Amino acid sequence: MEAVLFYIFAIGVVVAGAQVVLRRNPIYGAVSLVACFFFLAGIYVLLSAHLIAILQVMVYAGAVMVLFVFVIMLLNLKEEELGEMHVTTMKGIGLAAVLVLVGFIAWKALTPVQFARDMAVNEQIHGFGGVKAVGNVLYRSSVLPFEVTSLLLLVAVVSAVVIAKGKI
Amino acid sequence: MMTIGPVHYLVLGAILFTLGAAGVVLRRNAVVVLMSVELMLNAVNLTFLAFSRFPLVQNAPMQGGILQGHVAVFFVIATAAAEAAVGLAIIIAVFRSRTSINVDEFDSLKF
Repeated sequence: MEAVLFYIFAIGVVVAGAQVVLRRNPIYGAVSLVACFFFLAGIYVLLSAHLIAILQVMVYAGAVMVLFVFVIMLLNLKEEELGEMHVTTMKGIGLAAVLVLVGFIAWKALTPVQFARDMAVNEQIHGFGGVKAVGNVLYRSSVLPFEVTSLLLLVAVVSAVVIAKGKI
Repeated sequence: MMTIGPVHYLVLGAILFTLGAAGVVLRRNAVVVLMSVELMLNAVNLTFLAFSRFPLVQNAPMQGGILQGHVAVFFVIATAAAEAAVGLAIIIAVFRSRTSINVDEFDSLKF
């Protein structure tokens, strides 16, 4: 069951990710990227990272991609401004060859590596990947980075307004 | 083949990262380049989570244990959101002055 779900989600991730790179019109790429993020959320659930899967759907597929789609609509590029895509068969073969090669090298390099026990099956930490377990680690050992992240988001909001507005 | 181990997730992460890197190098539309960067960040997240569930050592040396990977992914997501906001604002500012978002045309430091 896990294998079937993994292969469905993995094929979805790779196909949707390839669409982002290969589609000439960015709006199709943005929609494919949303699909890619949803499939990735499924993969995260298989890794029993439930909190991160929810965050992926809410923050990435929700907030960030809405921002991308808004900017693509705002720019409203004409057909000739999109630039021609020279998709030749040679480029497609080259991309496929690189993907296969990277996958093969990663497979061969990682197969002899000895991994420790499966943590989720192990149940060493109760509720692995849930809100309670992750929040416990987040607020105990990473309080300072957490607070700095809020500062980072504030700076990003202010700088986005300042850069995009032109005259304040 | 039927049991999904850590190698499957790591290989998927490597393929996704390669796709994102190819998009950054090959595409000339600045918005698509930013979207490819998001793909690469997600590949890194996937690798973090895979190593969090299938750790290399039995007892995690760091405080907080094996869920540190999830915390790292949390910070990556927050940083990616900030990066997308600032990057898209820069694209809009550049589009105002140059009326183009083709990254090949942005080759001068001062305009």
